Amino acid sequence: MTAAAPILRINAVVKRFGGFTALDGIDLEVAPGERLGLIGPNGSGKTTLINCISGALIADGGAVLFEGADITALAAHQRTKSGIARSFQIPRPFASMTVAENVSIPLEYTERRAVADRDLAEEAHEILTLIGLESLAATAAGALTQIELRKLELARAMACHPKLLISDEAMAGLSGNEVDEILEILLRVNDRGVAIIMIEHIMRAVMGFSERIAVLDAGRKIADGEPGAIMNNPDVERAYLGE
Amino acid sequence: MRISWFWIIALAILAAGVLVTKVVDNRFIFYASYVVLQFVVLATAWNILGGFTGYVNFGSAAFFAVGAYTSIALDKAFGLPLPALILVAGMIGGLIGLGAGYLTLRLRGVFFAIATLALAVVLETLITNWDYVGGASGSIIIPPTEVMFFDDIIEALFSLMLLLAVLAVAIARYVSISKIGRGLAAIRDDEVAAECMGVPTLKLKLISTTLSGALMGIAGAPYPFYVTYVEPASAFNLTYAVNSIAMPMIGGTTTWFGPVIGALLLGVMQQWATVTISSELNLLIVGVMLVAFVILAPQGIVGLVRKLVKRSPK
Repeated sequence: MTAAAPILRINAVVKRFGGFTALDGIDLEVAPGERLGLIGPNGSGKTTLINCISGALIADGGAVLFEGADITALAAHQRTKSGIARSFQIPRPFASMTVAENVSIPLEYTERRAVADRDLAEEAHEILTLIGLESLAATAAGALTQIELRKLELARAMACHPKLLISDEAMAGLSGNEVDEILEILLRVNDRGVAIIMIEHIMRAVMGFSERIAVLDAGRKIADGEPGAIMNNPDVERAYLGE
Repeated sequence: MRISWFWIIALAILAAGVLVTKVVDNRFIFYASYVVLQFVVLATAWNILGGFTGYVNFGSAAFFAVGAYTSIALDKAFGLPLPALILVAGMIGGLIGLGAGYLTLRLRGVFFAIATLALAVVLETLITNWDYVGGASGSIIIPPTEVMFFDDIIEALFSLMLLLAVLAVAIARYVSISKIGRGLAAIRDDEVAAECMGVPTLKLKLISTTLSGALMGIAGAPYPFYVTYVEPASAFNLTYAVNSIAMPMIGGTTTWFGPVIGALLLGVMQQWATVTISSELNLLIVGVMLVAFVILAPQGIVGLVRKLVKRSPK
């Protein structure tokens, strides 16, 4: 890891649902511009963890720090404004709007200064070009195909002016070529200095993309290190394959 | 400064309305138009929450009645002039909207709708048991016999309601074309996604319930002077709740002018039917039209016209 202060620091985060402990004291750090893979068997707490980071859930214990500031109890929209963006596992487009309008909502709401409509349209176009959706700008979001919806999720996340982007299974259910397409987009986003946490079950994608991988199992972090080391870690093997 | 066509038309409508009071002698025109305009305000107010934000309010009658009873109470206590009554009624309607919104907006969909219905029942029970404003037996209001500028009270009330309708529509239009309106549309489409895209959903929903409640209260404030006798069963009448929902649905809920079209169409039809056929026919007309539109044109008249325009060759 570099010497730079982490952009995201999670200290002993605990989340319970009734008697079930979904997250049991998770520690995790992400450096600025880093590509972190987050893996683990189903039900291990990956989505709960990113919900606690993005604000969809509030942690019961521990702290979430973003750029040094404690955001543990902030509402989701405030976290988005401070630079944490996420895409949803199952796309949640604003179906009554066009693709460009979908992107304009986060652009307008996360901008710190007032902007003219023209600047907004320019910025929306720039993001759609980055993601490869510019030809569909005027299309109704309700009429998009599955891969286009996944791209729209990423485009909207990029429109939040993020410093950290959490990609929640952006590739699940896509074909091989489509997975490569999304990977390429995520690398382009990362090139702009945006740190990325990737949750993914497609091992080829996570291994190829991540600089570092953290593994969750039953609400605990059981491994954290370079992809090669993770693959040979006996604990990780046990978590996935059993004894 | 550029003056938009909207304000030119709005001022023209107001001027025409005042002119009509000087030219037309037929009192019925003013009595009937007052009711239609009152529904323009109610439908527009309902649509800010129901159409723009996607939260269906079944308690419109309660907000309307709160406005009416605010007038009765303040008129009796202090004898305030009507403009002051309207202002206070708007504030109280807005406060109840804010409070009800804060308590109920965690509920989604049908649960929110049921909560608004419950609010109406609770408020009606309170008013029915409040003797100062007449309780269950109602209250008689004596309107002033002479008013400034106008020949009689109904001309004044008609002009006043026209002004309120124009103001309500102007507010709804401002909301719909502003950043607030785009945020509300995002909430309507997907609230979780909106929050994650930086939209302060709770704040915007509270703005929406407050505005909607305030405008409904304002619509009810002049009502006691119009009917001169108010009792809970008439002020909380189902007609207000049903029309407030049906008019925007029939006109089209996603634009500011949809509820205006719906209110004018349904309102005029109801007034016409009341005179020519029977006053009991009102709600039947609404019911039949609502069923027809939900099945045949779920996007309302505005949506239907847009679809036809798109389909026709250029």
